[in-house]
Amino acid sequence: MALAFDDFGRPFIIIKEQEQKTRLRGLDAHKSNISAAKAVAHILRTSLGPKGMDKMMQSPDGDVTITNDGATILEQMDVDNQIAKLMVELSRSQDYEIGDGTTGVVVMAGALLEQAERLLERGIHPIRVAEGYEMASRIAVEHLERIAHKFEFSVTNIEPLVQTCMTTLSSKIVNRCKRSLAEIAVKAVMAVADLERKDVNLDLIKVEGKVGGKLEDTELIYGILVDKDMSHPQMPKQIEDAKIAILTCPFEPPKPKTKHKVDIDTVEKFQTLRQQEQKYFDDMVQQCKDVGATLVICQWGFDDEANHLLMNRNLPAVRWVGGVELELIAIATGGRIVPRFQELTSEKLGKAGLVREKSFGTTKDRMLYIEHCANSRAVTIFIRGGNKMMIEETKRSIHDALCVARNIIRNNSIVYGGGSAEISCSLAVEAAADGYPGVEQYAIRAFADSLDSVPMALAENSGLQPIETLSAVKSQQLKENNPCCGIDCNDIGTNDMREQNVFETLIGKKQQILLATQVVKMILKIDDVISPSDY
Amino acid sequence: VERLFKDEATEEKGERARMASFIGAIAIADLVKTTLGPKGMDKILQSTGRGRSVTVTNDGATILKSLHIDNPAAKVLVDISKVQDDEVGDGTTSVVVLAGELLREAEKLVATKIHPMTIIAGYRMAAECARNALLQRVMDNKEDAEKFKADLMKIAMTTLSSKILSQDKEHFAKLAVDAVMRLKGSTNLESIQIIKKPGGSLRDSFLDEGFILDKKIGIGQPKRIENAKILVANTAMDTDKVKIYGARVRVDSMSRVAEIETAEKEKMREKVQKIIAHGINCFVNRQLIYNFPEELFADAGILAIEHADFDGIERLALVTGGEIASTFDNPESVKLGHCKLIEEIMIGEDKLIHFSGVAMGQACTIVLRGASNHVLDEAERSLHDALCVLSQTVNDSRVLLGGGWPEMVMAQAVDELARKTPGKKSLAIEAFSRALIAIPTIIADNAGLDSADLVAQLRAEHHKETSNAGIDVISGSVGDMAELGISEAFKVKQAVLLSATEAAEMILRVDEIITCAPRRREGM
Repeated sequence: MALAFDDFGRPFIIIKEQEQKTRLRGLDAHKSNISAAKAVAHILRTSLGPKGMDKMMQSPDGDVTITNDGATILEQMDVDNQIAKLMVELSRSQDYEIGDGTTGVVVMAGALLEQAERLLERGIHPIRVAEGYEMASRIAVEHLERIAHKFEFSVTNIEPLVQTCMTTLSSKIVNRCKRSLAEIAVKAVMAVADLERKDVNLDLIKVEGKVGGKLEDTELIYGILVDKDMSHPQMPKQIEDAKIAILTCPFEPPKPKTKHKVDIDTVEKFQTLRQQEQKYFDDMVQQCKDVGATLVICQWGFDDEANHLLMNRNLPAVRWVGGVELELIAIATGGRIVPRFQELTSEKLGKAGLVREKSFGTTKDRMLYIEHCANSRAVTIFIRGGNKMMIEETKRSIHDALCVARNIIRNNSIVYGGGSAEISCSLAVEAAADGYPGVEQYAIRAFADSLDSVPMALAENSGLQPIETLSAVKSQQLKENNPCCGIDCNDIGTNDMREQNVFETLIGKKQQILLATQVVKMILKIDDVISPSDY
Repeated sequence: VERLFKDEATEEKGERARMASFIGAIAIADLVKTTLGPKGMDKILQSTGRGRSVTVTNDGATILKSLHIDNPAAKVLVDISKVQDDEVGDGTTSVVVLAGELLREAEKLVATKIHPMTIIAGYRMAAECARNALLQRVMDNKEDAEKFKADLMKIAMTTLSSKILSQDKEHFAKLAVDAVMRLKGSTNLESIQIIKKPGGSLRDSFLDEGFILDKKIGIGQPKRIENAKILVANTAMDTDKVKIYGARVRVDSMSRVAEIETAEKEKMREKVQKIIAHGINCFVNRQLIYNFPEELFADAGILAIEHADFDGIERLALVTGGEIASTFDNPESVKLGHCKLIEEIMIGEDKLIHFSGVAMGQACTIVLRGASNHVLDEAERSLHDALCVLSQTVNDSRVLLGGGWPEMVMAQAVDELARKTPGKKSLAIEAFSRALIAIPTIIADNAGLDSADLVAQLRAEHHKETSNAGIDVISGSVGDMAELGISEAFKVKQAVLLSATEAAEMILRVDEIITCAPRRREGM
């Protein structure tokens, strides 16, 4: 590769190790970028919608994941191409921000690029295309706000929320029990929601899975579930009205942090040291007992002697509890995390109505339920399922449902799903295009066309005739002036998404359009790709 | 399109992906197919590790666990069999075979251009319908203790009949039922201990009501103690370490060393004194006991057992009702374990310690005898399966007939549904019923019988209301399962049905397989 040549045709050395690099520029660069992004979008296209298919991924270590969650697919795909990585980022940011619609955003971006490619071939400058897209996305977002509906729900009437979560869940493998899972998700979100501030801290919802049982056995626990058991096999398995000491210091002999060594040189010292040691354990347990704790939860391990002393003094204890769980327990029980035994006071104890150990199946698996906590703001969703992949996929689906419920609580505007919002926007953008003089008009038209790709993919995946169905719905929207007409994926018999109760959050949809446009703009602005060649 | 993935990654799309997963899953199912049923064959597994150890088994979960599989769909099946093992303990082969058959049927449907989603919808309806059909026909004898015990006996015999123990199935069924009945409803199989001792024949295996610890009694200590008071401990009885970190002994003369040594000895003596002060005559420790304390115990006439492993200690504490102690300062508050008699017994050539008349009646020990280690391992697995099933049945006492009966009942109900359902789904429902019938077919095939003839007869029998017909493998004909006493636990069948459908559904939904480049390991 060479950038410049002198009069005799010899290359100037401009870039370090110039011979080993390849360079693509101009239209070629655009084309190669677009084709990479399209390839990624193509993979996800079949996963869109309630009848979308799953993807099976084998990780470098041989573990298998089966999912149709866009963000997860892309993350696990381990792509090498730079532009493809951008698409992965795109899906991830949708996941972080909204939590749902991760597939849609990539399909949308892919369609935008596909349209852009055609425009580029006709000689329109990429920047003009990008600007046109920008204008069009603004029109689309404004239109979305116009067709958005306010969504009414209250603490007592959670049915509408459940319906929304069901829409999200219906595209996942768990749709067999979407009703019960949606209810669980909504109840969980309502339990931790701060309706005044319209905020939901999803960290307070712990999602825990255990292989075995049926999906129907999935339950919501108003409390915390810890995958640990009592430190001593003979401690009581059930504690009522537990007062919990939450400790981050080990029941172990002290480890002086200074470098000094304790030297033993006389018999007396040996004996005092021994007594000290015994007293030390005794003190630790006694301190817990004195403040009135009836359960000790500790982040670290126990020494055998301390363990027995705890048992002996009838003080059940749990060891090796992870830091995150410890925090959740502290939040739920209203206790404080105590780093030293000396600082333990009775006010710092957490309270829980019931702590019990439950065992599963034929193996020795046991889990600890902490229920009826003082502060019921922390909840756990406990997932059961036939196998590990099922559990993982359920976890992801529940996460999506939780995010949707949270988004509605944050902002209760919704748009109707099933592609109806996209079709409506497409019509609006198409209509607005005529008002723009200049080359951008082409780009705006192209934007409208690519908006159609989402309903088109939906129809395709549902086994309908894509073009026929799309045009029918489009004309229906125009004729009836009804932005709620979408693709009838489940073959229910009506196109009206209001009747089918299929809707999505406004912010989610807005974000999809904005994010997709942004990434497409970024990709369009690249006109030179310099990469180290393979060796 | 340019290269999207890393170098060694592969991607399979659409039809190809589906084909790859079908082939993988069906191959796995075919692999374990021949082990199904009372006349199923065993497999020899040789490990790749050092020693090339060999396992002979016909337990589906064990076979699948030991395979190194690369096909992702096959891994799904291995996974469900493992879960089946953990959850109910038996039916590990059936679940894989059923899932395999479901996929085989699905493959045919896909070939006739039926969309996988339609097949899934049909399968779901069929699974629900099959489950209801089973629910209608279950028998529940929980009220009647006698009958219930007979049920348990039948289930145990049915489970064992497909294993190596089938020759002595009555003997072992009785062992298993007795052991499980002692648990009184808890599913904690830990209190049933299985000890394997090569030698003798399988028939010499026996159930012991007490507890047997595979340890030797220290020298010079009593070999037999009546009314034993047992202290179960987990404490260091070698040289007691100073636990405070960084402490070390530093002396400047030999005489000091001697002093400290005496102090140490004194400390140990004190500790032993304290232990003796509990008023015990048996001391069991998890950790080592050095010669010096052992000698002290012997002097005091106390039986000291060292190095009982952790499970042994926990179990012993459980059965004798004592607590595991690590400090000995307040003898009055430590709960001691009790048993009527401790004695040394001989099984084969090994000496074992036998605790009989223990406080908690739930525990027991099954001593397995057999010609070789392979036989014993397989016997243990079989017995474990039986114990799991029984303990689950004690909780959920619903029972079904065996010998292909449940499959026929389900198939009939599903067929009925297929006739009533409009649309393409009915094809999938029909396929489901065919997959169910494949199970009795395989059982018959494995027994070397004319499966086509037998299954046709079965179908005719089941067309009548409330038939008890199933395949009688022994006589090679269709027989009345209730009379033959072949039963299975409802919970196992239900788990087989649901997880197989779930797994098939999962594999059907896939339309793309992406295999990442394998992680490079250092030094390879």
